Amino acid sequence: MAKQFLSGDEAFAYGIRLARPHVISAYPITPQTIVVEKLSEFVEDGSLKSEFIHVESEHSALSCAIGASSVGARAFTATSSQGLLYMAECLPYAAGGRFPIVMMNANRSTALPWNIYGDQRDSLSQLDSGWIQAYAENAQEALDLALLGYYIAENKAVSTPFMANLDGFVLTHTYEVVDVPSQEQADEFLPLFETENKMSLEKPKNLAFSAGPDTNSIFKYKEHIGILNAKSVIAEAEGKFEAIFGRKYTGLTENYQTEDADYILITLGSISGLVREIVDKLRKNGEKVGLLKIRYMRPFPNEEIAQAVKNAKAVAVLEKDISFGNEGAVYTNVNSALQKAEINIPSSNYIGGLGGKNISPQEIEDIFAEIKSGISDIKFLGIGGV
Amino acid sequence: MAVTAKTLNETEFFYGHKACAGCGGSLAVRIALKVLGENAIAVLPAGCMSAVGFNFPQLCFGNNAIISTFAGTASMLTGVQAGLKAQGITDFQAVGFAGDGGTADIGIQALSGAIDRNDDILYICYDNEAYMNTGIQKSSLTPFGAKTTTTPAGKNIHGNIRPKKNMFEIVAAHGIPYAATASVGYLNDFMKKVEKAKSIKGTKYIHILAPCPTGWGIKTDETVEIAKEVVDCGLWYLAEYENGNFTLNHKPNEFSDIEKYLKKQARFKHLTDGDIEIIRKSRDEKWEYINKNFK
Repeated sequence: MAKQFLSGDEAFAYGIRLARPHVISAYPITPQTIVVEKLSEFVEDGSLKSEFIHVESEHSALSCAIGASSVGARAFTATSSQGLLYMAECLPYAAGGRFPIVMMNANRSTALPWNIYGDQRDSLSQLDSGWIQAYAENAQEALDLALLGYYIAENKAVSTPFMANLDGFVLTHTYEVVDVPSQEQADEFLPLFETENKMSLEKPKNLAFSAGPDTNSIFKYKEHIGILNAKSVIAEAEGKFEAIFGRKYTGLTENYQTEDADYILITLGSISGLVREIVDKLRKNGEKVGLLKIRYMRPFPNEEIAQAVKNAKAVAVLEKDISFGNEGAVYTNVNSALQKAEINIPSSNYIGGLGGKNISPQEIEDIFAEIKSGISDIKFLGIGGV
Repeated sequence: MAVTAKTLNETEFFYGHKACAGCGGSLAVRIALKVLGENAIAVLPAGCMSAVGFNFPQLCFGNNAIISTFAGTASMLTGVQAGLKAQGITDFQAVGFAGDGGTADIGIQALSGAIDRNDDILYICYDNEAYMNTGIQKSSLTPFGAKTTTTPAGKNIHGNIRPKKNMFEIVAAHGIPYAATASVGYLNDFMKKVEKAKSIKGTKYIHILAPCPTGWGIKTDETVEIAKEVVDCGLWYLAEYENGNFTLNHKPNEFSDIEKYLKKQARFKHLTDGDIEIIRKSRDEKWEYINKNFK
């Protein structure tokens, strides 16, 4: 293991190098570019032996990765925002074909208006595409998700593509000290990709076929079971990860000071760091507040959320997303988890950070103050209620 | 040894499918796979051949085959080729079979990208001159004057008002190692071209005209005949592009009757003498160009 000073994008590229994919299909988009630049440098200097394909679009990036995966190759691509939307057709295609591709998405706002900065509207718009969705909080977690991603995606019971999300600029372009594992450690952790779901010269197959009304639901059901199976595989992967690398992850969610908390803020991604600081500050003043960080949006942590908030007096969801005409997508999902667990407490939604707008410490404090009122509300941070 | 009807592989790789009687596209796929053999890995986008060949649990390819997204034939071929190469496997041929819409319209970007990278793939466009799978809508390879369900022939507009896109030369302009045109009316020529393409490294493109009785309005036993006639009357041609040069493989001494070719087909029934004159003139201009620039 060696400590290096890396941006989130770079850290992810280091993680991918350790995972040794056979094929990398790359198309540039801000703020993802550094990942594919770094990987091309690794291929050039010989430290990574991957087929590096300069595709001509994001649609082709994922289509190419699907082709590679369909012959049993480990494939990687990365994208962001408009690029994710441009390749959107290929997302359920990869998932439905059960091709365990890993893709990094640099979370970025979606046009219009044009904006290159971070929010999570891009990936959250693709929640239903059948991909596992993880959200990193820092560069270290980004690197680790590259390795964990393949481990989880390629598990036979899962066989589901994996999207690792990094907040644009805040994570992708911000430098931190990152532990870069050795190749030996990575190889010990991550087994070679082996699958029966492939075309091979020994056993020819017809893949990605049509399934009519009689059989279609069975395939969709199995796809759903596959992504649900990721829950236990994530736990297994993180256990092995800790044993080898010494870093502990906590599954679909991470709880911070939630055990006795009356008021819990639920969020995801890099903003969690700031919320944790505010929780510490308010705790010093005797306020029983906590943070629930969602690490995986799919599979969704229904039970984990219910368990963490069951004794709270109110919760709020802070997210960099809005599903126009309704509310934030994370909020909808969280409320569903609460309802299923028969937890009837006030639940508010704060839409913030759109197009990279800064979320200030004071705004987080204000959220904790407001939800004490016991009223459920949906608000755009800094603008007002809707 | 050049493959001929006599030496052609007797194994069938594409059978039991649901293509319409007389389908030119399925003939092209069947023959190409016989030439390429069991190590062909076929990629087919949404379109007629995937619609008729991949209905679970009736899967009709004896070799490896996969459906790509409509736009993604070439990019998926690239992934298949790179994925196997990276695993040290080299004894295979990644081959795409896409229709005219999947090639000249929605798939042209990915195709251009693959040729630009010179990926070691063979791309075969079976051109039936419209979106037949969805019910005969105009594509950019629909010829001038053809009636389709989106270019109706009426008093004001006589079918398609635009000429057929010149895919062969568009592909050649990339500096591709090998490109060719073909017709299911001249299968020996097609077989030779597939065989040649198999032996060449880098990107290969074969554009084969493949009549569709349903869309063209011909009898189901007229497919091969009409595919001959289109070459004989000069509205299609058999050529190759290699090492920067165009070669004409088949030069009719005299063109057969263009009007006879057109009027046999329901899609051209409405054409006026004036329309036919436009088609004849455009054919003559094309051949003037071919005679000047093709060897």
